[in-house]
Amino acid sequence: MANVQELEKIASQVRRDIVRMVHAVQSGHPGGSLGCTDFLTALYFKVMEHDPKFNMDGTNEDIFFLSNGHISPVFYSVLARSGYFDVKELATFRKLNSRLQGHPTTHEHLPGVRVASGSLGQGMSVAIGAALAKKINGDSHLVYSLHGDGELDEGQNWEAIMFAGSKRVDNLIATVDYNGQQIDGPTEKVMSLGNLHAKFEAFGWIVLDVEGNNMADLLRGLDEAKALTGNGKPVCLLMKTSMGKGVDFMEGSHEWHGIAPNDEQLAKALAQLPETLGDY
Amino acid sequence: MLKDIQVQNEKETRGGFGEGIYEIGKANPNVVVLTADLAGSMKIGPFIKEFPERYVQVGIAEANMIGIAAGLTIGGKIPYTTTFANFSTGRVYDQIRQSVAYSGKNVKICASHAGLTLGEDGATHQILEDIGMMKMLPGMTVIVPCDFNQTKAATKAIAAYEGPVYLRFGRPKWPNFTAEDGSDFVIGKAQVLNEGKDITLFACGHLVWKAIEAGRILEEKGYSVELINIHTIKPLDEEAVLKSITKTRCAVTCEEHNILGGLGDSIAQVAAKHLPIPIEYIGTKDTFGESGKPTELLAKYGLDTADIVAAAEKALSRK
Repeated sequence: MANVQELEKIASQVRRDIVRMVHAVQSGHPGGSLGCTDFLTALYFKVMEHDPKFNMDGTNEDIFFLSNGHISPVFYSVLARSGYFDVKELATFRKLNSRLQGHPTTHEHLPGVRVASGSLGQGMSVAIGAALAKKINGDSHLVYSLHGDGELDEGQNWEAIMFAGSKRVDNLIATVDYNGQQIDGPTEKVMSLGNLHAKFEAFGWIVLDVEGNNMADLLRGLDEAKALTGNGKPVCLLMKTSMGKGVDFMEGSHEWHGIAPNDEQLAKALAQLPETLGDY
Repeated sequence: MLKDIQVQNEKETRGGFGEGIYEIGKANPNVVVLTADLAGSMKIGPFIKEFPERYVQVGIAEANMIGIAAGLTIGGKIPYTTTFANFSTGRVYDQIRQSVAYSGKNVKICASHAGLTLGEDGATHQILEDIGMMKMLPGMTVIVPCDFNQTKAATKAIAAYEGPVYLRFGRPKWPNFTAEDGSDFVIGKAQVLNEGKDITLFACGHLVWKAIEAGRILEEKGYSVELINIHTIKPLDEEAVLKSITKTRCAVTCEEHNILGGLGDSIAQVAAKHLPIPIEYIGTKDTFGESGKPTELLAKYGLDTADIVAAAEKALSRK
């Protein structure tokens, strides 16, 4: 099992992958991807029991759903780096005839993806369905999901949040990339989330707060979340993150939500991110 | 002859769904039923009573229902979502598009109260665009059975049919005349109810019965009428369509749906490509419905027996 330092090394390589992928095709979403890198690294390299040989049903393993599909670069990098497919395939991101579509899809049969996402707000419902299937099947493994905080503007989330609380979907850990930014600006200005912690609690969830860019705190929070499953309530992990984390000129601003670095910016970014596992 | 078709009784097609879902639920332990606060209207009481662990009540939240259904397939379940046709399609088009169709999920979207025959609730609930929306989705199968027995048969058959399905049926009591055991229903295979040589009536759903009534009148007038029930609008049985129009050389399409985007469009596309012939269309003419009795509405919007007879005579005159 990887320790904190090892996970941080992997995360550095994943961040390199992200900026290189987005730079290569001059499109994609680096900001949210960089912000969620620590979480997805922790999840796939430490927290989840999962099989990179991949079967769609995910029976007897933990499964993950990415609801905010635009952060596909981090998802693809982590899947490749954890053995779902060859890291060389990262070079095909967003290109014609690629399995690495702009937003993740099952349509091209990319191992590790279980549902398409991109049109926002749909992933929590799907995760709940998979969690219910696990209950019906007597499978005690967990379902994880990730949602953008801006994505929570979508009403379907609140249908799902109400359902999970009401129907005691206690094998689900839904996580929120709580970076306070969305395309048009800070969430506080675009559409205030109010007291998100209290909102989830009011819907019958257990809510934990973690520092989403601090590996040690993330692991603590995820361990605690796991320990709290099976108690009649779904668990929500609010992860305080910085959009663009790890690249100083991208960090903390919505400006880097969906634009690619130029050659000079790429070089500047890579200089801040040690190559730990070898570039693809 | 069309007069030889025997009506067994009058029953709601949604009742056929209710019986079908109970039987397939009993036979297949992977079947899960979801509803959005319409368990009574959808006639799923017997299923709920016997298989409570495979029943999901989502409340009035159709988008969430579609998503949960997509998730249930991950783990091998065969989810049937149940609500009215309007809330099954238009309200959740993007959820169906991304989480079900594009994701290739084995979800069965079962929709009652489709079309004008919903009646008094009016246009907010009378969806007339759903066949079009669903048939445009890549990979989606669209089935519109014509009576109680056929709805029951289709409900059972789709469990073993891999991939997303839209199953559309309705509210009112309606003549029930297909095989009681459903043996005359095969997904994707057009059902020839009567062979003839002068004109083909293609129909789906409740209007199959109206087409039978119209065909009988046309027979009395001396025409030889071929009547084909296109219960599976997609994938369309093109071979059966072509075989029939090659013989009859004119047709009328009959559906409880907007003439834009429905069965008529599908038939016309086949004809235009392979064998252009005169076709007349029975359906709503790019309009919303309104409150009224089902029979009154079919008459007002031009979907009644007399309308089909008139359309047939017009098609025949254009040959």
